[in-house]
Amino acid sequence: MSQIQTWTLVFVVLSFSLYIYIAYASRVKDTSGFYIAGGGIPAPANGAAIAADWMSAASFISLAGIVGLSFNGYGGSVFLMGWTGGYVLLALLLAPYLRKFGKYTIPDFVGDRYSESARLIAVISAIVVSFVYVAGQMAGVGVVFQRFLGVDTTLGVIIGMAIVFFYAVLGGMKGITWTQVAQYSVLIVAYLIPAFAVSAKVTGVAMPQIGFGQILDELNALQADLGLSEYTSAFADINMLNMVLITASLMFGTAGLPHVIVRFYTAKSVRAARFSALWALFFIALLYTTAPSVAAFSKLQIIKDLDGTALSAVPRWFNTWADVGLITQADGSPISDLAADATLRYTDVAINNDIIVLASPEIGGLPAPIVGLVAAGGLAAALSTASGLLLVISSSVANDVYYKKINPQATEARQLMVGRIAMAGAIVVAGYLGINPPGFVAQVVALAFGLACASFFPVLVLGIFWKNCTAAGATAGMAVGLITTMAYMLWTIDIYGNSDGIFGIAETGFGAIGMLINFAVTIVVSQFSTKPSEVMQELVEEIRYPGRTQLVAKHAEGEL
Amino acid sequence: MDQKARQEYWRRNLRLMAALLAIWALVSFGAGILFVEALNNISFLGFPLGFWFAQQGSIITFVILIAVYVWRMDALDKEFGIDEYEQEVHHS
Repeated sequence: MSQIQTWTLVFVVLSFSLYIYIAYASRVKDTSGFYIAGGGIPAPANGAAIAADWMSAASFISLAGIVGLSFNGYGGSVFLMGWTGGYVLLALLLAPYLRKFGKYTIPDFVGDRYSESARLIAVISAIVVSFVYVAGQMAGVGVVFQRFLGVDTTLGVIIGMAIVFFYAVLGGMKGITWTQVAQYSVLIVAYLIPAFAVSAKVTGVAMPQIGFGQILDELNALQADLGLSEYTSAFADINMLNMVLITASLMFGTAGLPHVIVRFYTAKSVRAARFSALWALFFIALLYTTAPSVAAFSKLQIIKDLDGTALSAVPRWFNTWADVGLITQADGSPISDLAADATLRYTDVAINNDIIVLASPEIGGLPAPIVGLVAAGGLAAALSTASGLLLVISSSVANDVYYKKINPQATEARQLMVGRIAMAGAIVVAGYLGINPPGFVAQVVALAFGLACASFFPVLVLGIFWKNCTAAGATAGMAVGLITTMAYMLWTIDIYGNSDGIFGIAETGFGAIGMLINFAVTIVVSQFSTKPSEVMQELVEEIRYPGRTQLVAKHAEGEL
Repeated sequence: MDQKARQEYWRRNLRLMAALLAIWALVSFGAGILFVEALNNISFLGFPLGFWFAQQGSIITFVILIAVYVWRMDALDKEFGIDEYEQEVHHS
């Protein structure tokens, strides 16, 4: 076992023990604890849990690579602005009001505010979005295990499933929340330490957010020499229309993600829900302002290390990743096909996005313990998001389908049992998808945001801010938004239709258009359908003001 | 709160929201995308300014916007004498 593997094992065992201990200490006995942790989580902890919940394996492992390699710098800003800007919408437009409404899930809000058929569409969307998303997380767990511990991918996923099973089934939302607080701490430390070290080494400024600016001229010049467009130049690889639409889809999509919204129900009060959003974005910003710096440092270092270097003289990280097939020649054939005395050109090499963060300690020449820490961080990111999504699936099945539709007389114990069985079932399906990832997962994860944006955001916002938004309007809007967006995606995505679409709009950006269509349909249909009941209109008015009134209290008790 | 106080509370809430969302759109879609080329002619800490807004500035601004919102809403709640009793706001 190499030194890196030993250290990885140490950090993985330590962090996993911590998660299991926390789960055991916070096990739950009632549905409120299982779904929303009894609504008693303090704002900073809730914020850290939102951050861990929401920053997935994609944010931790892939984001820097996407920004630096696939999107060549500026174009990657769509992800940076899109995924953080959504929190402003969440904090201002949704979180406090949904918290005041006081239910367990998005389908719960949609079902209560509108109608049962609207609830059904919301349940289906929530489950689809969550499963698509969770498959990617489980596959990420497998990659980390395989690369760092030499464990078979399948066994890696099974270990991950067992850990999630333990703390999610036992502790429900309460167990998940406190585990996620620990996972956030692990992942942010694992992300920041190598970033600070690399920044200090490359620029002499330890703060990566500032050191970042020092190397841009050099990076631009190197890229120009290679015949690539400059790292900082705008609209070289992606046009303005798509920049706007993709950014908007990710922003409004984030604001409609079921596993993020459910988190505001775990806050203590409306005020705590507002503070949770602030803490969440603060914790997320620590990683999201660092990621573009890591992207630029790594790219600079990679070009310097590789371009014009003889294959026999490449740094060790290059060979490690070439061996597992994540670095190849530009046409996809393995590096080992090259003659031993070949000289590399950066443009002849294809580097997988996912290795930038995992390899950055090695690229920066940092010691083995840090490499092990980064592996533990990647696992924390993947597992925390997976557990949050699994909870959405199990609460949708147990609360929205079983309790609300099949057996409204179910006792608390019975609901809890159904919730746990649903959770266990979801973990098995997620594990299966992680071991046998359908080829389209990577592409579909980005599309999940588009679908969330086109289906949920308008019905949530209009449900809160427009008393006369009707059930028929919302149902029609959600259905039309979802169907047009899915149709456009199937039509344009590479593996299916591979069309250029309309005006060259990328499939990842169409969610924003789907959302506008949804808004239009909802508003028009609402004009011609039966108004919501007097009580519902009063209730919608009521959630605008903080503090407990009798109407809201009665509603929360389920008496209306 | 009586009806008049409620209307006033809601009106001020909406005004705050509109102002913050306008800034949100200006830094992200404005400085980060629509006007990025013009701003890139200005240098800031080694960054072309438009690029900085797109990769760092907008995120920092978002955090500040939510902080201002939380702080102003807290002040507004206090002004209107709203005092949440956490026990009471719990779920069913």
